[in-house]
Amino acid sequence: MNKTKTFAAFAAAALSLGMLTACSDDTPSGDDTTGRTKLTVVGLLPGATEEAKAALDQQVADFENQYPDIDVEWVEYEWKATTFSADLAGGTLPDVFEIPLTDAQSLIANSQIADMDSYVKAMPYGNDFNPGVLQYGLGPDGHIYAIPAKSIYGIGLHYNRTLFTQAGLDPDKPPTTWSEVREYAKKIADAVPGVAGYAQMATSNTGGWQLTVATYARGGRMESVAADGTATATVDNAATKAALEFLKAMRWDDNSMGAEFNYDWGSINQAFAAGQVAMYTSGQDVYTSLVQANGVDPDSYGLTTIPLEGADSGVLGGGTLAAVNVKASDEVKDAAMKWIDYFYLGKYISEDAAVATAQLQVANNQPVGTPELPIFTSAQLDQYNRWIAPYVTVPLAQMKPFTDGIVGAQPIAEPPVATQDLYAALDPAVQAVLTDQNADIDALLATANTAAQRAIDANS
Amino acid sequence: MKRGLNPKKWVQRGGLAALLFALPMIVIFGVFSWWPVTQSVVMSFQKTNLVSEPRWVGWDNFEWVLTDPNLPIALKNTLWFAFLALIFGYPIPLIGAILMSEVRKRRGLYSALAYLPVVVPPVVAVLLWKFFYNGAATGVFNTILGWFGLGPFPWLNSQDMAMPALVLESTWANAGSTVIIYLAALIGVPAELYDAAEVDGAGILRKLWHVTLPNLRGVLFITFILQIIGTAQVFLEPYLFTGGGPANSTLTILLLIYNYAFGASVGANYGAATALSLLLAAALAVFSIIYFRATRAWSTT
Repeated sequence: MNKTKTFAAFAAAALSLGMLTACSDDTPSGDDTTGRTKLTVVGLLPGATEEAKAALDQQVADFENQYPDIDVEWVEYEWKATTFSADLAGGTLPDVFEIPLTDAQSLIANSQIADMDSYVKAMPYGNDFNPGVLQYGLGPDGHIYAIPAKSIYGIGLHYNRTLFTQAGLDPDKPPTTWSEVREYAKKIADAVPGVAGYAQMATSNTGGWQLTVATYARGGRMESVAADGTATATVDNAATKAALEFLKAMRWDDNSMGAEFNYDWGSINQAFAAGQVAMYTSGQDVYTSLVQANGVDPDSYGLTTIPLEGADSGVLGGGTLAAVNVKASDEVKDAAMKWIDYFYLGKYISEDAAVATAQLQVANNQPVGTPELPIFTSAQLDQYNRWIAPYVTVPLAQMKPFTDGIVGAQPIAEPPVATQDLYAALDPAVQAVLTDQNADIDALLATANTAAQRAIDANS
Repeated sequence: MKRGLNPKKWVQRGGLAALLFALPMIVIFGVFSWWPVTQSVVMSFQKTNLVSEPRWVGWDNFEWVLTDPNLPIALKNTLWFAFLALIFGYPIPLIGAILMSEVRKRRGLYSALAYLPVVVPPVVAVLLWKFFYNGAATGVFNTILGWFGLGPFPWLNSQDMAMPALVLESTWANAGSTVIIYLAALIGVPAELYDAAEVDGAGILRKLWHVTLPNLRGVLFITFILQIIGTAQVFLEPYLFTGGGPANSTLTILLLIYNYAFGASVGANYGAATALSLLLAAALAVFSIIYFRATRAWSTT
């Protein structure tokens, strides 16, 4: 027997096994060597500016000063339907992460997020949440799992004031009906070549999301849920049809929608900030990320409510909940609640926290005062707005059409069952209308309805 | 005594050492390749969210997949992609390699240039091309074509143009590796054969047809099946360029699998995704076997 060869083989095998074990040696969240609790949290969107990062770093440092036994580390995060479940299944989400209102119920039912009830209730505002928002985060046991945290939004119509002026339109008089939207879009597209007068998201489920917005604004609904909880897809309703006809007319009769039709949430923001899009619909709070990630020119920004037409029309509303990793230890959950309090909620309750946060944002040239909808009560939100009034850096006057108009509007929640599947089923319909002059809207909606119903049935 | 069945003899012949040398690869393959494959077979008969206890559902996942109206669309698109890739992507590297092997000077430079796109990370390449493909008249390609009075073309914003646009990028990105393989094979063609053909009065085309191609057939045969398997699993281009749009015109099988698993956020259907993966693997295996059987006589010299 060749001893050298055998030895070499053992050495090689030992070496490779050693490398394998070295790979598997990851550090879990929780106590690190210094005895501090390590907490990973959601930070900024990928591609955020250096100033935004500096502001967040300062907040983290400030938080760690208040709680020396917690070590906070933030990661870049953008919620996307396609990556969220992979992150969730792969265990690569941070300890504290953000989810849309509509996802909370499934996550709670699947035991995928932690029960935060005792931690939230221990907070002075634990029982003061806006029940309309909090209901999404409650489990069947009545416990709070997901916590209303930020971006409680209603959809608004965002427009570029500079392009309005260039097209001879008055930027202080944004459109109030859908036919005015169409008319203005045409004027802008004619006056400023290469610019889309109006653009619409169409990919990664955002096409379905914005079509739902347009449907609600015309009085339609995407799902009807019976008393026994069985849901029926109703995406082939008259309002949705009208919304698609509207897009078709602008795209093919007016040619006022530009040349790109594969926008999603992030890329339409980018195009808008770059002045390539004059009008689009998205959450009213998108201004913050337009500044942080896209460097929008504040003077050119305008926000108004979307036109509401027809009986029972309303504004699609949604929001972001904070959730905690289901595998988090008690120490991590405790630290997570402190962070959620510090980063998301405390500022609405305490004048000191509100002012401190606002000052820090101002010092780093970050937007302060983007219009919000109440996480607690409207009176409380008014009070918060008064606290931060001296520090407001966003062009509030240019958002006045929205803040005035939203008051009387009916908020409507997203379709409750299989939300993302339903949106995914509608994406091809929106894309077909925007890329095929002869698209048959009735057939498209019939197909989408079948697909949505299939997903709803599979979910229940 | 029979060979190979005696453990003592096996050890003495260095079998143990061979096994030990192979062990790291066996472990790595086992853990990262065979174990996941086994897991996905199990998962295709389950309903699971990867967190709570999975539930056995029999053939339900397969039924769900086979009744999905998107499946025929994805199948058609995948075949369309494979066909286009065959038309453009198969001959271009061969022609490139033959031309390169004919030039006397700077052969190294040309092959380096041909290989350059392979060095660019695929995601970067796609994002660059996405920018080039901008549908506005000011887009890069539209500007260039505009100099010749062509366009502007909608590229990725047209249901008819999107797929060819993806194939164009994919050919550009992948041709380099195939060119290198062909170049290596061309070196192996004995020069005497060309000399003999020349003596017989053969021109360039006849030399190509009667000498070069027959000598390359072993390699051509392998690159063909690799190309078919590769294009059947096309994912990167439709995922990054179009997300399957516009209106499902670039939805491929693998993208459909991805959508099942990850497309609907928390509504993830991992069972259906693994079921369709298995169906795809089975179809490719069957195709490969038929192809190898049918071309067995042809491939052996």
